Amino acid sequence: MGLTHQSCGSGVNREIFQRGMVPGAAYVIALAGNPNTGKSTLFNALTGLNQHTGNWPGKTVLRAEGKFIFQGRVYNLIDLPGTYSLLAHSAEEQVARDYLCFGKPDATIVVVDATCLERNLNLVLQVLEITAKVVVCVNLMDEAKRKNIEINIESLSAELGVPVVAATAREGAGLAALQQAVAGIADGTVKTSPYIVKYDEAIEHCIRKLEPKLKELVGEQFNSRWLALRLLDGDETVIRSLKKWLAEGTRVRAAAGGEILA
Amino acid sequence: MQSDRGIFSAEHIISLCDLPVGKSAVINSIQAEGMTRRRMMDLGLVPGTRVEALRISPAGDPKAYKIRGTVIAFRREEGSKILVNLKED
Ligand SMILES: Nc1nc2c(ncn2[C@@H]2O[C@H](COP(=O)(O)OP(=O)(O)O)[C@@H](O)[C@H]2O)c(=O)[nH]1
Ligand SMILES: [Mg+2]
Repeated sequence: MGLTHQSCGSGVNREIFQRGMVPGAAYVIALAGNPNTGKSTLFNALTGLNQHTGNWPGKTVLRAEGKFIFQGRVYNLIDLPGTYSLLAHSAEEQVARDYLCFGKPDATIVVVDATCLERNLNLVLQVLEITAKVVVCVNLMDEAKRKNIEINIESLSAELGVPVVAATAREGAGLAALQQAVAGIADGTVKTSPYIVKYDEAIEHCIRKLEPKLKELVGEQFNSRWLALRLLDGDETVIRSLKKWLAEGTRVRAAAGGEILA
Repeated sequence: MQSDRGIFSAEHIISLCDLPVGKSAVINSIQAEGMTRRRMMDLGLVPGTRVEALRISPAGDPKAYKIRGTVIAFRREEGSKILVNLKED
């Protein structure tokens, strides 16, 4: 594939870090969610002062990045733009989508609003179509309680097939449990079995035909079912993104996020 | 009440933009295509979803609708591409 050893994922970064040679991040964690679900609040609560902002390459979309340490490991947290979808092609949605598919974070937290869960689950299912390494954070639990909305976290987790953690980011509640869940996904000790949307047989048939061809072209490194779906969607932006990521390596290098204070 | 599905039908299909303020209806189908269709579906507008017409802007367009707990505004241009089943009462 012409990919360098270094560009192939976090395992490499982690080894280097553990040997103490490069003060890099051990794991890369993406933060996704609808707008206004408390993503920034959660990001700030987790990273404190260990953060910096800039733009996504070639876009006027804000990129916030920060670090936190949990049980001796460093986690580099990337705040993706808040979106309702990953498919409708605004600059924000493209950034989030491309990062999830091609950036291959070690785990993705999808923040959802406990007071309007149904609306938020659209994005959750779209993320699960791209990556299995997901933790759902049901935020604004205080608001839900105030509105007498009860959420069965266990059964939501069972339905979605990924860990689900309740939180009130503004009060810092649930953060330790969230970090624990993220750690399990990132280091691979927790395996998920995500709920995957099944399409009409006609579409599934096309997916089965396309997937092997896609695997021939790009190998196993990207989610070929998802790529097949995008091609069936007639989505040309995804082809452009794929070419770009293949040329530049599979991972956007995490820019140094300042000193670690923790 | 007459409807385009015959006098025995208690339901008829109208465009969302013609739903009177204060009434609610259930989405029948989305006629829009491409990105507009995708956007509408991402906002939760899928067949079977209940929609309520909340209010109308002073100019008469757009109209605000309540959909899955959120208020969303549509112009006539968009609302005309969403068909809903309206139950007569
Ligand atoms: N009640 C409550 N409000 C919260 C919580 N988390 C965030 N907020 C508030 O929700 C609003 C949106 O938060 P923000 O972090 O900017 O959301 P973002 O758009 O997802 O980044 C802000 O006014 C926050 O103070 C929470 O857990 N409970
Ligand atoms: Mg934000």
